[in-house]
Amino acid sequence: MILLDNPALRPVALGLTAIGVLAGVVGTFAVVRRQSLQGDAISHAALPGVALAFMLGGRSPLMIVLGAACTGWLAMTLVKGVTSRSRIPFDTALAGALAVFFGFGLVLMTYLRKLNEILGTREPDNFLEEYLRPHARDAVHHGLEKYLFGQAAFLQDGDVTTIVGLGVAILTLLALFWKQLKLASFDRDFAASLGFPMRGLELLMTSLIVCTVVLGLQFVGVVLMSALLVAPVVAARQWVQRLGPLCILAGVIGGAAGFFGAILGHQRQGLPAGPLVVLAVTAMVVASILFAPQNGLVWGLLRKRVTA
Amino acid sequence: MIYQLEMILVLACVGAACAVPGVFLVLRRVALVADAISHVLLFGIVVAFLAIGELDSPWLFFGATASGVLTVALVELLGRSDRVAEDAAIGLVFTALFAAGTLLASLYTREKHLDVDSVLLGFAEVAPFDRLGWFDTLPRSAVILLGLFALELALVVAFFKELKLATFDAALASTFGFAPILLHYGLMTMTSLTAVAAFDAVGPVVVVALFVVPAATAYLLTDRLGTMIALSVGIGVLGGVLGTLLAMALDTNVAGTVATAVGLQFGLVFLVAPDRGLISQLRQGWRNRREFPVRMLAIHLHQHEGTAIEEDESRLADLHRHLHWLPAEVRRVVARAERSGLVERTGDRLRVTPAGRELALRSLVA
Repeated sequence: MILLDNPALRPVALGLTAIGVLAGVVGTFAVVRRQSLQGDAISHAALPGVALAFMLGGRSPLMIVLGAACTGWLAMTLVKGVTSRSRIPFDTALAGALAVFFGFGLVLMTYLRKLNEILGTREPDNFLEEYLRPHARDAVHHGLEKYLFGQAAFLQDGDVTTIVGLGVAILTLLALFWKQLKLASFDRDFAASLGFPMRGLELLMTSLIVCTVVLGLQFVGVVLMSALLVAPVVAARQWVQRLGPLCILAGVIGGAAGFFGAILGHQRQGLPAGPLVVLAVTAMVVASILFAPQNGLVWGLLRKRVTA
Repeated sequence: MIYQLEMILVLACVGAACAVPGVFLVLRRVALVADAISHVLLFGIVVAFLAIGELDSPWLFFGATASGVLTVALVELLGRSDRVAEDAAIGLVFTALFAAGTLLASLYTREKHLDVDSVLLGFAEVAPFDRLGWFDTLPRSAVILLGLFALELALVVAFFKELKLATFDAALASTFGFAPILLHYGLMTMTSLTAVAAFDAVGPVVVVALFVVPAATAYLLTDRLGTMIALSVGIGVLGGVLGTLLAMALDTNVAGTVATAVGLQFGLVFLVAPDRGLISQLRQGWRNRREFPVRMLAIHLHQHEGTAIEEDESRLADLHRHLHWLPAEVRRVVARAERSGLVERTGDRLRVTPAGRELALRSLVA
């Protein structure tokens, strides 16, 4: 706890922990629906939204989050539309939407840069550059980690407040519609037969995942966001069977991974926190798969040897 | 001018080379594995780069390809352990390897030059300048991709029967001794190779669009595997060419514009494809909604034709009671049926014409 007194570390540790908890809980629903890679698709599809927000003059983080949410959400809606209206499988639609939206995002970015040149904007678009494609050729690793792993190191107290505030709102919605979302995730037909508004519930679920991804995206980056939605849930799944405990444990594991990643990154100066968080959570997954009390692979092997 | 033509050629080659494995990725439902592979290539490139120390070595090529195959093996291993669903396994493996690659890069490549921008976004713009030492008539990417495309076609022709059966009925294929696992890894190796070759030009994300989207577009247009492969290649090449032309006209990022172009192609086909397109689906639905009540009317009249209650059942004013329709609906449907010559009015009663009788009989049999 002494670590949290450090003003440089505190917002990073708190922010990553909060994002980890949120992603673990919301990700549980994506994973049990066999749609683990939704987060990956949404975070890629957010790119054109970020660029559009800039084109429309939005410089505030809120505008950017809004833009990212719009295109992320649009991509998921298109995926749902295409899969329900044709025989294109879900994974193909997801991969296609992810790549096409990202490509369109690249187009918008280059267009935006050209627009700035024409308008003679003296001030370089530092924020956009940092957000999207830092072209610091000499500090290549920095560019890479900022784009793909976000800028966890730049988290500030205000960001933490935003994350916690929106996170609480998302978790509250999840708790309010818990019963409906649970049934819709495990037995669609039964839920529909009970008269649950399935479209509305799907929309709610997609929106919650989109909000979570977009919220974390600017701080932790594309790849970490994908990992945080999936890995804590897989780790937690080895220990518990029921949805409620699964959600809670996944949140705890996600939060722990975020916290450890931040601490490690702080202690070994210069190491990006994002990849450390991913590797921390991956280590937890491997440990859980091997050693979880009932499902652990190691126990299975030992048992086999004892009986043999 | 030559520069432009060569750029178009490079992107057309990317489109062609990606389109062939893409068909099998889509049909075998492993499109997201391609996404994972293309992300992990970065890890392979970094590791090979650290081991060898130069960026031009062909070993980088093989290192990256090997990392793609490693991804597939790890996903398979996790999936077979029965602890993780396949989609979650993909998400676990590629993020972990990607994170490891980034960490290695940030630990060991500070001084060395590893151009991450081009690794990340692809630099179609410089692809034409990159030549092979021993053959410099065409850009390097184009030569490699054309070679790969030829290899893909040869493999598909040689193993068409096996690929077809393993794709559509894996269980039967394995009872025939076709080794579906071998085919799976063969396909994934080809996917990795193609992704590595296309990587230079379009980067890791856009390459996924070129794998998946042309094949998906072709899937909307045909039911035959051979035709689907041919269409997919055609659509991929067209997307590459149109996208590059568009990028030149608008002065935008080539890779991104090509991805947008194949996306738009898909959208267009999704709307207008015969039979499976959205428009023809909606039209079919609308036609069914119009035709169904007319058929019901014809059947109703035909059923009671020549029975004792015919007079009661066919009285125009009472039809809505017998059919349980609203009177307004009855008037609309009767008018439509009369226009089509299926029923005719005599006084206050309605009867089927021979054409209507035939429709009723056909509907009852079908």
